[in-house]
Formats: sequence, C-alpha cells, structure tokens
Amino acid sequence: MSIIQTAMYISLPIIILSVFIALIRLIKGPSIEDRIVSLDALTSMSIGFIACYAVLTNSTMVLDVGLILALLSFLATVSFAYYIERRHFQ
Amino acid sequence: MSLIFETICSILILVGTAFIFLSAVGLVKMPDLYMRTSVTTKSSTLGLGLVLLGTAMFFAEVSVIARAVLIILFVFMTAPVASHMIGRASFLDGVPLWSGTKINHLEGKYCLKEHYLKSPDEVDCNE
Repeated sequence: MSIIQTAMYISLPIIILSVFIALIRLIKGPSIEDRIVSLDALTSMSIGFIACYAVLTNSTMVLDVGLILALLSFLATVSFAYYIERRHFQ
Repeated sequence: MSLIFETICSILILVGTAFIFLSAVGLVKMPDLYMRTSVTTKSSTLGLGLVLLGTAMFFAEVSVIARAVLIILFVFMTAPVASHMIGRASFLDGVPLWSGTKINHLEGKYCLKEHYLKSPDEVDCNE
C-alpha cells in the first residue's frame, strides 16, 4: 500500500465522522437557520469526500460531481436565506 | 511519481481533512448561530481548498487541475456571500444571540418593517 492510499484510508473515515457530527446539528438545531448552516457544511464535506475518493480510485470523472455540488449548494443556501428573510414580510 | 511529491499531497489532504473535522466539531460545540456560521464557513472553506489542492497536485493533469481550481475559486467566492445572507436573514428573523454577548452593534438599527439599515435621525420606522 502506497503512502497516498494510506492517507486516503485515514482521511475518508474522518470525513465520514464529521458528516455524522454535522448531522447532529441538522437533527437537533433549534432554528431553521441552524439546519441550513449544517446543510451548507455537509455539502462542503461531501465535496472533500468526492476529492478523496477520486484520489483513492484514480478516477477523474467524479470531480465533475463536486463542481455541480458546489454550484447547487450556493443556490440552495441563497434561496433558503431569501425565503426566510421574506417570511414575515407583508 | 516520486515519493516526496506523494508525501506532500498526502500531507495537504490530511491537513485539509483535519480542518473539515474541526469545522464539524465547531458546528456542534458553538453556543450561537452566528458563531456556528463563522466557524463553519471559514474552516470548511480552508479545508476544502487544501484537499482540492492536494488532489490537483496528485493527478497533475490539465483537466483535473482546471476542475479543482474552478471548484476552489467558486467555493472561495460564494461561501462568504451565502454565509452573509444566512446571517442577515437570521438576524432579521430574530434568532437570539448568545447569552454572554457583550455588545450588539446592530441592535435597533434595522428597520424591521422594510428590512434596511435606517439612518440615525429616522425614528418612525418600526411603528
């Protein structure tokens, strides 16, 4: 096993663990905004996971998924923020 | 690929992973939504940038480097904007600050009816 493979086998479980830690905040967050912040963090973590997976399996195709995920995350966060701000607007 | 180059890529990706893990811990441990937003945005942006930099260095092809740089640039441009919009929306929505907060610079300065920062001599906005 090469060095980079060992590093991936260390970093992939850490990213999965941080996804589960962020899921705690997604489930119990007291307000909607907490849940949106947690979703944003989950998307960044999945982009990191995809990059590590691309290095581990030596396939460059999955990086496109990360690009689309970054685009969609920004769109989702901005639209959620817009909706929440206008909720009590007359 | 030489051994030193592979080691540098491994170190970059591991440091980025550590930052991502710290952002997850901060997301749970911080007492306040605004602190959580700050911690998550900064730390996970830095971690993601380091992981993608390590990936781009590992493959060392033009197509992969272009994609990784594109993702890094996009995340670095959009994460502060998204974080600011969430913070503004939650302040206007009335999410409480931490009980140990000393100064709230924005208290009473927003026109909560029309959602803009009012000028100091404007008094009849919130009526």
